[in-house]
Amino acid sequence: MLPKFTYSRPGSLVQVANLAARPGTRVHAGGTDLLGCLRDGVFGAESLVSLSGLSDLRGVTPTSGGGLRIGALTTIAEIAANDAISDRYPALAQAAASVASPQLRNQGTIGGNLCQKPRCWYYRGDFHCLRKGGDTCYAFDGENQYHCILGGDGCYIVHPSDTAPALAALGARVTAVSAGGRRTIAVEKLHVPPSTDPQRETALEPGEILTEVILPPPPSGLRSSYRKIRERASWDFAVVGVALALVFDGHTVTTANIFLSGAAPVPWRARQAEEVLNGSNLDGATVERAAHAAVADAEPLAHNAYKVPLFAGLIKEQLTTLGGGT
Amino acid sequence: MARDRNRTDKPGKGVTRRGFLGTVGAGAVAAVTGLPRPGEAVPEITEPKGMVETALSINGRMHRLLVEPRWTLLFVLREQMGITGTKIGCARGECGACTVLMDGSPRYACMTLALEAQGHEITTVEGLMDGEELGDVQQAFVEEDAFQCGYCTAGQVVAAQGLLAANPSPTVDEIRAGMAGNLCRCGAYVHIFRAVERAAKGRGKGGGR
Ligand SMILES: Cc1cc2nc3c(=O)[nH]c(=O)nc-3n(C[C@@H](O)[C@@H](O)[C@H](O)COP(=O)(O)OP(=O)(O)OC[C@H]3O[C@@H](n4cnc5c(N)ncnc54)[C@H](O)[C@@H]3O)c2cc1C
Ligand code: FES
Ligand code: FES
Repeated sequence: MLPKFTYSRPGSLVQVANLAARPGTRVHAGGTDLLGCLRDGVFGAESLVSLSGLSDLRGVTPTSGGGLRIGALTTIAEIAANDAISDRYPALAQAAASVASPQLRNQGTIGGNLCQKPRCWYYRGDFHCLRKGGDTCYAFDGENQYHCILGGDGCYIVHPSDTAPALAALGARVTAVSAGGRRTIAVEKLHVPPSTDPQRETALEPGEILTEVILPPPPSGLRSSYRKIRERASWDFAVVGVALALVFDGHTVTTANIFLSGAAPVPWRARQAEEVLNGSNLDGATVERAAHAAVADAEPLAHNAYKVPLFAGLIKEQLTTLGGGT
Repeated sequence: MARDRNRTDKPGKGVTRRGFLGTVGAGAVAAVTGLPRPGEAVPEITEPKGMVETALSINGRMHRLLVEPRWTLLFVLREQMGITGTKIGCARGECGACTVLMDGSPRYACMTLALEAQGHEITTVEGLMDGEELGDVQQAFVEEDAFQCGYCTAGQVVAAQGLLAANPSPTVDEIRAGMAGNLCRCGAYVHIFRAVERAAKGRGKGGGR
């Protein structure tokens, strides 16, 4: 049984934002992550404010600039099945299709996917870890086979979202609305690394509602993909994953955006690999160098060094696939 | 096992089935307080102890009932309404035993608040009956012997129903992917996939509902 809470489902965003700003209040979108956290006592909630009364936040529509607007309540299944997304932003469609199970994709939303809590078994369990306000990360010296190899700093989670790396690679932004106003945040800047604050996952302030994701128009020559490796095919979080968005001019890569899932506490930008690729052809030697550059700075924990060659192999495979025909 | 890495349950932690059922009696007789008055301005807020009035459309019938905001659709179906075809497995979105259709799409009743189901059409395995006869997907499960203990079956049948509504002639790979949210601890998968194929073929011939 879930702990007791009050519940409201306002019909306007202003009301949602006002209620969400109250201490002890949590926002409910699809509930697939929130209810699990409440049930496991990861955090409590005195009240839930549901977004499901806000029909404006649902659906995929073109923007005037030639991009796409995805309302925060659009389900992961809708994103995976959307033709405009599959045609123009395949990385996002592939990422959405790889999230969880069919039932959870029908229920989970893109806003909730970006704002979900980490899956670390210490954080989800009975451990008062650093992320929950304690003073240590139990994964560091514990069972850390699924934890991070990059960007760990006091806390060693990996960010669980599949859509976040794809959106970051595609240069997407989100709109955040609060009682005080509205701002936009690049998806790349949405997630907070533990070096900044180990107790928060996103840059959203309490009471700020993520209302939409804006995809910029795809530059001509864009090719993108997302692939994750998991322990079983039916459903699972990424052990390692890579989102690629490469802009080609003929055979040359003019801009490379590479974000990794399963690597770090936030979707991880593989800058060194991008630098190898920018301005080069995707020949075998370049692909090999880029794949290794992506994990050159990895600092594996006791039980997750296997991720280093797995990432290198996956990145090589995906670069080769994306470069096919150039 | 892959799913274990997402949990650190220790014995005694979490909601056991016995403990879960034990709380039912108290909930069902809880005082009716904090009822919103008709026409009260939105947003309405319920007191933590309060029950709220709601109306749920289940298997084509509208049911008016009082619920606590924290009650899941699964709890309300089974423990408040006695519609027990929908099963409790993991109660954490991992097994599919609780699969119901919401506006025709499969989802987990254990991860759905009853209040979030308001305004949607809910179908449980009971709703797949064709009068006194089994529905076509149910019948295909019987004919393909698609279960052993049967615990997962209601969820499997409902998931298959949703899959075929969205994709009437799925390939074998599409069946496997479409049924990926339903675990069978007896491992009857081969028969389950065959049952879905059989139901799809039956519909292709103009059978089914
Ligand atoms: C068994 C299982 C397997 C899963 N597998 C995967 C997987 O493979 N890949 C993956 O990426 N995810 C996975 N997930 C996570 C899944 O919960 C998310 O994918 C889902 O998209 C979350 O969306 P939701 O709408 O249900 O979020 P909710 O549960 O409603 O919300 C999640 C969090 O975000 C906050 N929030 C939600 N919407 C907003 C908003 N608009 N503005 C501000 N805050 C908001 C909530 O307050 C809450 O803290 C899995 C979950 C489960 C239970
Ligand atoms: S009981 Fe709902 S998914 Fe297992
Ligand atoms: S038949 Fe026993 S769990 Fe599936």
